[in-house]
Amino acid sequence: MKTLAASLVLLAALATPAVAGPQEFDHINAGYYQSILGDCQGCHTRPGGEPYAGGEPLETPFGKIVPPNITPDKETGIGNWTEAEFRSAMKEGIGKGGEHLYPAMPYPAYSKMTDGDIANLWAYMQTLKPVHRAVRANLLPFPFNIRLVMKGWNWINFKPQPFKADPSKSDEWNRGAYIVTGAGHCGTCHTPKTTLGADKDSEALMGASLAGWFAPNITNDKRLGIGNWSQDDIVAYLKTGRNAHSVASGPMAEAVENSTSRMSDADLKAIAVYLSGHAPSSQTAQPSPVSVSDPHMKAGQAIYQANCSACHSGDGKGEGQLFPPLAGNSIVMQSDAETLAHVTLAGTQAAYTKEAPTAPAMPSFAWRLDDQEVADVLTYVRNSWGNAAAPVAADAVRKVRAALHEGS
Amino acid sequence: MAKLLPRKDVVIIGFGWTGAILAQELTDAGLDVLAIERGPWRDTATDFNIGYMPDELRYAIRKDLFLQPAQEAMTMRNHVSQTALPMRDYGSFLPGQGVGGAGVHWNGHTWRFWSSDFQLKSHLTERYGAGRLAGLQVEDWGVTYNEMESAYDRFEYLCGISGKAGNLKGKIQPGGNPFEDPRQREYPLPPMKMSYAPTMFAEATKGIGLHPFPTPSANLSESYVNPLGIAMGQCTYCGFCERFGCANYSKASAQTTILPVLMRKSNFEVRTECEVLKIDLDASGKKAKGVTYVDTSGVEWKQPADIVLVCAYALMNVRMLLLSGIGKPYNPKSGQGTIGRNYCYQTNAGARVYFDDKNFNPFIAAGALGQTVDDFNGDAFDHSALDFVGGAGINCIPTNGRPIGNRPTPPGTPRWGAEWKKATAQTYKSSFAFSSQGSSYAAQGNYLDLDPTYKDRFGRPLLRMTFDFPDNDIRMSHYVSDQMEKIAKALNPKQSTVGRLKKDWNSVPYQSTHNTGGAIMGADPTRSAVNRYLQSWDVSNVFVIGASAFPQNAGKNPTGTVGALAFWAADAIRNLYLRSPGPLVQA
Repeated sequence: MKTLAASLVLLAALATPAVAGPQEFDHINAGYYQSILGDCQGCHTRPGGEPYAGGEPLETPFGKIVPPNITPDKETGIGNWTEAEFRSAMKEGIGKGGEHLYPAMPYPAYSKMTDGDIANLWAYMQTLKPVHRAVRANLLPFPFNIRLVMKGWNWINFKPQPFKADPSKSDEWNRGAYIVTGAGHCGTCHTPKTTLGADKDSEALMGASLAGWFAPNITNDKRLGIGNWSQDDIVAYLKTGRNAHSVASGPMAEAVENSTSRMSDADLKAIAVYLSGHAPSSQTAQPSPVSVSDPHMKAGQAIYQANCSACHSGDGKGEGQLFPPLAGNSIVMQSDAETLAHVTLAGTQAAYTKEAPTAPAMPSFAWRLDDQEVADVLTYVRNSWGNAAAPVAADAVRKVRAALHEGS
Repeated sequence: MAKLLPRKDVVIIGFGWTGAILAQELTDAGLDVLAIERGPWRDTATDFNIGYMPDELRYAIRKDLFLQPAQEAMTMRNHVSQTALPMRDYGSFLPGQGVGGAGVHWNGHTWRFWSSDFQLKSHLTERYGAGRLAGLQVEDWGVTYNEMESAYDRFEYLCGISGKAGNLKGKIQPGGNPFEDPRQREYPLPPMKMSYAPTMFAEATKGIGLHPFPTPSANLSESYVNPLGIAMGQCTYCGFCERFGCANYSKASAQTTILPVLMRKSNFEVRTECEVLKIDLDASGKKAKGVTYVDTSGVEWKQPADIVLVCAYALMNVRMLLLSGIGKPYNPKSGQGTIGRNYCYQTNAGARVYFDDKNFNPFIAAGALGQTVDDFNGDAFDHSALDFVGGAGINCIPTNGRPIGNRPTPPGTPRWGAEWKKATAQTYKSSFAFSSQGSSYAAQGNYLDLDPTYKDRFGRPLLRMTFDFPDNDIRMSHYVSDQMEKIAKALNPKQSTVGRLKKDWNSVPYQSTHNTGGAIMGADPTRSAVNRYLQSWDVSNVFVIGASAFPQNAGKNPTGTVGALAFWAADAIRNLYLRSPGPLVQA
């Protein structure tokens, strides 16, 4: 046990505040919390890589962008930056050399952050271990690889907008709005985009397709959004990765693991208050379900019983904490079945959190079901037990399968 | 020359039930723990995929999850006078391998041994006199049931066992097993829903004055969250338990109860497909320095560690001690020595009842879905006027209706052809089986050692098993078969068969993967390999954990007791050994 004793001594030494006084510690700690709200590591750290030393390439509709090294390394990171330069990058999308950042870095959202929060974040970033690792951020094809193009993009799409509290709403609602639209940058995935890749503000949080997944509608729309979730349901989902309605998987599992599960209970409640009051700008009429006598529904039912019912149960109600219900689940009825096809073909694993450590997984069915069979079972799931949504075409499944092959 | 690795606080040999429990407990205590497992990594979604798990040919017939003889074979014989030969294939028992071990492909019967089982020698001597034990080598365990009670409780709550208590704090509970010893609280989950055959069995046995109760099951009757926060699902009664991993997170195993938490810990690591060759001792031979293992490229590594935990399958635990030169090998002629001593098994017989007008739907099943009567188990009944000790549980647990293996036909049916086809179609749904699972008591000639001739692919001697059913156990089993005749009659079938066990144990047909003993626990270092805390008498930083520690086997499945022993040993290491490393019991 000698090593154990030695490492305890070492830990004690590390805990001694050699660099920071109590006030500065609060400052840094508050900045650390901003990094949680913003999930900075989600993009700027590679799986298994050094924290903040640059991430995996992000797939955008315009090409690949690599999140850069933002450790305080002087040559390859942001060790030579000033706080003002950092603030300008966060809020205006302009880097140290005056270059324009691409909005894969969600500066349109971060422009809502207060200078105080950004100052705290900067203080925290200064404490990171400098990592010497050069990252070539820009892998975009012409003409998008010319950063000056972004100047024009900003002129059309971006006006820095500080967060404006709504005095008619509670402090809690305003705190929720500040996180959701600001540091939390929820709309980066969940808000539909214009052809130029900017948020369609008029359709905020109404669901969007991104990198092989459909980030669902998270407005309070009862059919397509989370209007049937209580505020406690929203908090439970963000804190543990699961609730009675759904299980976080795919990119949201990462967001839960790295960000929302580490937020304070008060902030989660604030987010829940804001989201539960956030109405969609428009509602589509509920489609009538595909007829049970439709041959695709009949085929889908047989496929469902043989492959899906053992976990999701025959009546689509799912199983306790492990397998989400499909009946009444808004994710199942989104306008775009991309996530459903993705999960059915590739499988997925639920988020791991301290409160819900099981992280159960759905296996891949790509080897077992062809495109038509996947389409049929998804059509069945989208139109059974009270669900109603457009049928899924084999061609849509084929595209998802092709994209998965490309990615692997 | 083996390459030297940085040291660890604890190295665990084998990563099944006991390895996972010990790793979970000792990482909680802050230790840096490494498990070395010779089989592959396995988890539910990828390896027990719902899309292909119910593949009887692959898993039940071709035994995909089991140890293969190419990796480790054994030699076998009935008597010391014979020459043991290696088997072509595992048959009578099927050791597991890979992460989760045999705990992946078990049925899930989860028993507690009784107070009289733990103090067997003193109990039987006091009740029937020492003469009754002539020819047997039964022992006390060195621990009592009361000491083990909370460890059993922890294992049952870890797993989410579904059952009905028969004795709560000394008060007999209707519907449970009246012969069990007091438990402090109910099972975590209620019993499973009964199918038709066990329901009929319960009615018939009750009708003749016996005491049936639902078999305690690690197939979960309801969804469950265990004390580690890990969620499990309700069993779907698919009938693919034994020889299969569970695709539905419904059967307790290391994968479904521990690994989701353990694998995330920074002070835990598992190295799979790495086989430990031996435990390395220092020059005195009294302290382990660590282990030597070989990886899939054939590279040898020396892994130093302060504590070595031997957590492989019972038989492999014994072989590891013998290969490492820990303890004195048992000599069946003199009765001296401890390693390999008191190898025991299980003493079973089967029965089947055939009807014309019943439909039992045997495919609605689970590994531990059924009813048991314990009226003739252990010392639940008076043996004064009988010529044996021990007993058997009588179980009606129709585990499956799988189409290849489950083809019962009544006696007199041809083995092939149109008549066989007709009979198999008629009998599939209209018959059911029940069986006795009997105690196995140690005898001087039954033991384990290293084979003098046959070697494994690393040049190490194979394990040699010398075993036959002792006469006492045969008499016990025949007595219980007589009781099964009475039960069969009470069921009022068209026809019935009741098996009667014969001498000359045969290693080919499957019987039971309940191999016990060989590194037994006890209070006397000349008759046991490990002390009451499962610590080696000879090398105090080695603990040997598993059914290898059973001085003899009871008429019950061993996993409940194996799990409890793992918690018991973990407590001893955490609370006693870490404070004061060294022998916990003075020899």
